Amino acid sequence: MTMMTASQEAATKKSRRFSADFKTLGPAVALLILCLVGFLLNPAFISEGNITNLLTRSAFIGIIAVGATFVITAGGIDLSVGSMAAAIAGVMIIVMDGLVDTLGTGVLTVLTGCGLAILLGIGAGWINGALTTKGKIEAFIVTLGTMGIYRSLVTYFADGGTLSLDFEIRGTYRPVYYEGFLGLPFPVWVFIAVAICGWLLLNRTAFGRYCTAIGSNEAVARYSAIKVDRIKTMTYIIQGLCVSFATIIYVPRLGSASATTGVLWELEAIAAVIIGGTVLKGGYGRIGGTILGALILTTIGNILNFTDMISNYLNGTMQGLIIIVAVLLQRSDWTFGKKKDA
Amino acid sequence: MNIATHPSASVLEAVNISKSFGPVPVLFSVSMNVRPGEVHALIGENGAGKSTFIKILSGFHEPTSGQIQIDGANVVLPPNGAAEDLGIVLIHQELNLAEQMTVEENVFLGRELVSKGFLSRTEMRAKVQAALDEIGLTISPTDRISDLTIAQKQMVEIVKAVSRNARILIMDEPTAVLTEDETALFFKQVEKLKQSGVGIVFVSHKLREIQEIADRVTILRDGQWIDTRPAADLTPDAMAQMMVGRELSDLYPPMNEADVDAERVLEVQNLSAPGISNVSFDLRKGEILGFSGLIGAGRTAVFEALCGILPIQGGSVKLFGKDVGAMSVADARDAGLVYLTKDRKEKGLLLQKQMQPNLTLLALPKFIRNFMIDQSAEGDALERAVRRFDVRARDTSVVVGKLSGGNQQKLLLAKVMECDPRIVIIDEPTRGIDVGTKQQIYHFIAALAAEGVSVVVISSEMPEIIGLCHRVAVMREGQITGVLTGDHINENEIMRYAAGLKRGDIQ
Repeated sequence: MTMMTASQEAATKKSRRFSADFKTLGPAVALLILCLVGFLLNPAFISEGNITNLLTRSAFIGIIAVGATFVITAGGIDLSVGSMAAAIAGVMIIVMDGLVDTLGTGVLTVLTGCGLAILLGIGAGWINGALTTKGKIEAFIVTLGTMGIYRSLVTYFADGGTLSLDFEIRGTYRPVYYEGFLGLPFPVWVFIAVAICGWLLLNRTAFGRYCTAIGSNEAVARYSAIKVDRIKTMTYIIQGLCVSFATIIYVPRLGSASATTGVLWELEAIAAVIIGGTVLKGGYGRIGGTILGALILTTIGNILNFTDMISNYLNGTMQGLIIIVAVLLQRSDWTFGKKKDA
Repeated sequence: MNIATHPSASVLEAVNISKSFGPVPVLFSVSMNVRPGEVHALIGENGAGKSTFIKILSGFHEPTSGQIQIDGANVVLPPNGAAEDLGIVLIHQELNLAEQMTVEENVFLGRELVSKGFLSRTEMRAKVQAALDEIGLTISPTDRISDLTIAQKQMVEIVKAVSRNARILIMDEPTAVLTEDETALFFKQVEKLKQSGVGIVFVSHKLREIQEIADRVTILRDGQWIDTRPAADLTPDAMAQMMVGRELSDLYPPMNEADVDAERVLEVQNLSAPGISNVSFDLRKGEILGFSGLIGAGRTAVFEALCGILPIQGGSVKLFGKDVGAMSVADARDAGLVYLTKDRKEKGLLLQKQMQPNLTLLALPKFIRNFMIDQSAEGDALERAVRRFDVRARDTSVVVGKLSGGNQQKLLLAKVMECDPRIVIIDEPTRGIDVGTKQQIYHFIAALAAEGVSVVVISSEMPEIIGLCHRVAVMREGQITGVLTGDHINENEIMRYAAGLKRGDIQ
């Protein structure tokens, strides 16, 4: 869908009829059903408070997953995002605490921390990208390695315990998570902004087209004058940038970082991407689907919190089932569209 | 190996085979029989139904109606290649070998020799070695498939088929990717197989080869059986005519005289790159320069190096009179130099994508407006390209992998032309496409040259080099061994330079 004009899109839909619609709308339908189930189990599900809460929570995974959509579309994978978030959060806290004496506890300190987070995110992404492209190591291996490194760094910085943000700074920084604008918390605004930028970048720019081409067939991309290494590195940098945005809105929530910060975020982000219909082996990416995927994952947890029928401890089970079912549906969708022996 | 009891009785016979995919009929009551020890060629244009028909003959497709008979008895062939057990082996055009496994492992794949629960490797190795020796192939059973040339892989497929006691060997364009030398070697093996009584079905677009190797020829057109005749009764021209159903008078366009004083657009001096050394040649405006030679002679490497795909290790390159060093593919494109790969499925087109993103991929910067892709301009470009290159697709939203080879090639040509190049390098312009499309492509190349674009044609098909090019450079083992002009452009001369029997003054 990503590469057609509106008129062609309509034509395709006509020709593939059900299958194309199903593939695009599947995650949306799933989310609607989930919401309906949530509402039936407990009408408080659609209360304004719960909906804002749900959106705010999905912002972290959602923002990271937008970055992951680029990496996966270009045929890569980034396992390090959860650890990267923890490490960035850790460094941010240490630096902001250290700046209390010189810059005080005001906005300037927080801004310095945020700026630093962005630089760290870009740097970490560049390292992942350079090692996969220039170092010619499988992305899975590289990011498995950096995942371990970042995770142990944050444990080391925290000396095995928890890094806490200075109480005064926390007061300054707090509104970034807890307050909002036009009734929506700031994290949701960040999520929306990242989503829109991501969508435009993937669907409307040459960069997005190049990501798709590289993920489909790297050789074709190379022969088509695409600077494959540069584009692939860029996807990891975008991923790093998304991680820093997520971290910036995450730190004021608890005001601390520890070895357990961001654990398994990488898997949730990848899950959101896959549920959204992006192909894991690359070549086809959907930002809209990714956002729905992130919302679906958060909604499951939220519903389980609201009901006694299924233990909250089974959250992981439900998420796992949803991922598997989503991929199964996407696959059977291919056979719907085609005649058996075509 | 089967000993035929009666030489003219057919081993495999297809009677009134029809096939429809959903509502679309592709074969109409086609009949054909294969006798032991004969080579039966199956020819027709792309889309004539050859591929479907041989898939039915080998059990990969089920016929909608009609009968398959083996030794005169009706059978229903088991699907998915299980017909191999009945002695019917199909060698696909995309060879079916496990790239990361060795020759020996591939030959015995699925029916490994086992003793006491372990693989008897020495026995298998000895058997494969014997088969390789017999066929005259100088590779080792322990070589990895990924290290072999395409021709060697093809031979491995044949060894594999023979070791399965094939009675009928069906080959889909086996010589499409072979050079003339390799083809000759390949035909020797085919002769041997014939003598041992194997019936061979042979799909090819190379009509002269068919005349050389085939005993009988069956012609299909638009899914209909046209005729089956002894090959000796047919000339290549007659075959072409029967395939197309009309007179094919001028396959090659009339050649415009090249202007020998035209400016030199590309001057290459002592170019070295992986696989080539000391290559020097030049190209003039509006000229069609052929590059001939055996596969692996380094023709592709020369131009991949010039266009920034392979690194340049030495030498100088002048483009439009200006010295250029090593360029990236994008630099070369911006300078007006583009390369059209011979490997359209692996390196040329994104098979799962639609025509539009494929068409504009190389020239994408041209379609950027305010950092965004101008999709309506892209749509217009597609419309123009479809008209200009006569790309035929059911509708424009179909994924490129579903187009026929000929249409894929036209789309690839359109993709390259989208950058408005001044020098185009076309590697194997007509590999695996039918004679009608070939003619269109030849005429297009000639028209380009007439407009003043310089064209390099790399080809292993001698007639196309001879019919199309003003000058021909012949390469052997990474070097240019001769440059031919005028009357010297003939098969004998080219072959001598290609085989290293002759070396000429370059220039």
